Amino acid sequence: MSNHALASQSARTDFMRAAGSRKGILSWILSTDHKRIGILYMIAMGIFFAVGVLFGLLIRLELIAPGKTIMEAQTYNSVFTLHGIIMIFLFIIPGLPAVFGNFFLPILIGARDVSFPRLNLLSWWLFVAGGLMAIVSVFLPGGPADTGWTFYIPYSVRTSTNVIPALLAAFTLGFSSILTGINFVTTVHRLRAPGMTWFRMPLFIWSLYATGWVQVLATPIVGITLLLVVVERALGVGIFDPALGGDPILYQHLFWIYSHPAVYIMILPAMGLISEVIPVFARRTIFGYSFIAFSSIAIALLGSLVWAHHMFTVGMSDTAQWIFSLLTFLVSIPSAIKVFNWVSTLYKGSIELEPPMLFALAFIFQFSIGGFTGLMQGALALNMHLHDTSFIVAHFHYVMFGGTGFGIFAAMHYWFPKMFGKMYNKARANVSFILIFIGFNVLYFPLFIAGYMGMPRRYYDYLPEFQSLHFISTIGSWILVLGLIMMVANLLMGLRNGSRASSNPWGGTTLEWTIQSPPTVENFETIPVVATGPYDYSRYERGEHA
Amino acid sequence: MDHGTKNHAHVIGYGTYILVWLGLLSFTGITVAVAGMDLQFYNIAIALIIATVKAIMVMTIFMHLKFEDRVFRIFATVAILTLLIFLVLTFFDYSFAR
Repeated sequence: MSNHALASQSARTDFMRAAGSRKGILSWILSTDHKRIGILYMIAMGIFFAVGVLFGLLIRLELIAPGKTIMEAQTYNSVFTLHGIIMIFLFIIPGLPAVFGNFFLPILIGARDVSFPRLNLLSWWLFVAGGLMAIVSVFLPGGPADTGWTFYIPYSVRTSTNVIPALLAAFTLGFSSILTGINFVTTVHRLRAPGMTWFRMPLFIWSLYATGWVQVLATPIVGITLLLVVVERALGVGIFDPALGGDPILYQHLFWIYSHPAVYIMILPAMGLISEVIPVFARRTIFGYSFIAFSSIAIALLGSLVWAHHMFTVGMSDTAQWIFSLLTFLVSIPSAIKVFNWVSTLYKGSIELEPPMLFALAFIFQFSIGGFTGLMQGALALNMHLHDTSFIVAHFHYVMFGGTGFGIFAAMHYWFPKMFGKMYNKARANVSFILIFIGFNVLYFPLFIAGYMGMPRRYYDYLPEFQSLHFISTIGSWILVLGLIMMVANLLMGLRNGSRASSNPWGGTTLEWTIQSPPTVENFETIPVVATGPYDYSRYERGEHA
Repeated sequence: MDHGTKNHAHVIGYGTYILVWLGLLSFTGITVAVAGMDLQFYNIAIALIIATVKAIMVMTIFMHLKFEDRVFRIFATVAILTLLIFLVLTFFDYSFAR
């Protein structure tokens, strides 16, 4: 076979079927191909997500009526703790960056892989190790941790449950996140294709870049903090526990210095994804590219400075209270800039309501509700009333699930044909979207009302006046889960029996749509030379597409 | 976009490493000694200043930042500034309350 024939054969062989030096499962779990690692993350996260959803369903079932329904109070405490740990650390923080960032970041900037492929594989292994540690902690003597995902001191030092394994799991997962951040920041700096200037990069890349910095700068702080709790529990050194001479408020500061920016680690990539989907399905050049790009950086910067708004009721100084309240209001500006620009892009667009677009529009709607209710909590006086109520539960689920979760679902439906070269059933995808959208809002909106009326969060029991709202919320959880099952089944069926997808089924203009589906191992036969911006829909805007 | 990097081999003698190590040990001793005195607010200030100096010694000599490309120094500066902002904001709580 001539060199030319070999080259052309390798250009046609996609990364799923490419023969490597290893066979079977080893060719996946030891692969340094960014696309395979992205899919490994997707499988692992899918499993963790299913477990997290199951725990969430059990929480809602327990709360359908006052008093004991299906489990004891201690079990309930562990279930909501595990639900939080799994969903935050194992699903939504890695979420978009680990799966779709890994798969598409190199392709979108015209590179063959990330800067450090082996480090990339190591971060997946650390992710799996952290996930297994969290699961093992459930079955060890002592029982699963019951502290909530925040591990607040002094309870996390004094409870007899398996807090140390859970802390070490979170610590390990943090390392995975740091390595991914380092890889992405370096890749964006070093491996952009010729002509791919900063302002020709797709907005998803800007958001991953901003997220990468937050991962690198903020995660070590929670890492060392969690280790200090381990030291305190294991050796009795007084760091945070007041009984040992420590300061519990310091723990809260250190925990939230990471964990609030973590919220932006979760939401920023989803915002980037929405910036990809909206122009494609509105057939419009994105409105205000540079504003959206810089707002990602601004969110990463300002979002790292607002952590103490989680602590307005713990007795901080008045000076700290108003400063953090002010900063909280400021961070809403770049978030609002994004929303205004997305809506402006839709204006006079030729909108196609394909499944990814439906999820993206739902993102804007639900993220706006989540954002506005966040502003309410930024106001000091109102925060006193709403703090630690189910209003907060509703708020962060609107941002994290209604925002990031729907962003992940949008990404799954948007990039599915590129990743696997097949198309799912769009009608079923639309029905599952409707179920998920209705279920989500029926589940969480009543919690705003209950919280405003005074229903505390994390409580096992409640007063009879909250029952109707809890009942409606639980019904919503059933609708939501039905929609999720249908969505996953539809995608799996598409993977197995779906029709062949073309290389550019949505009419996208970014680099991933210029290569075959699924991509080859090398992504590009020759590294592309980029001459224009990422969203050129001028021919549609001039009416030339017909 | 690979700009290419120039790799310069900077060999630092053992003597320098030992001097820095002794310096770090001395600063640790000073930190412990100062912690035993009642200097009010200055206890924290001195501890933080000494910790900062120690961190700079480790980063510049042990981690070779002194000899690295400008981009690495910029990245390290961003990280240090971020840490500084975190500290200042935290002290808006501790300096004005309790």
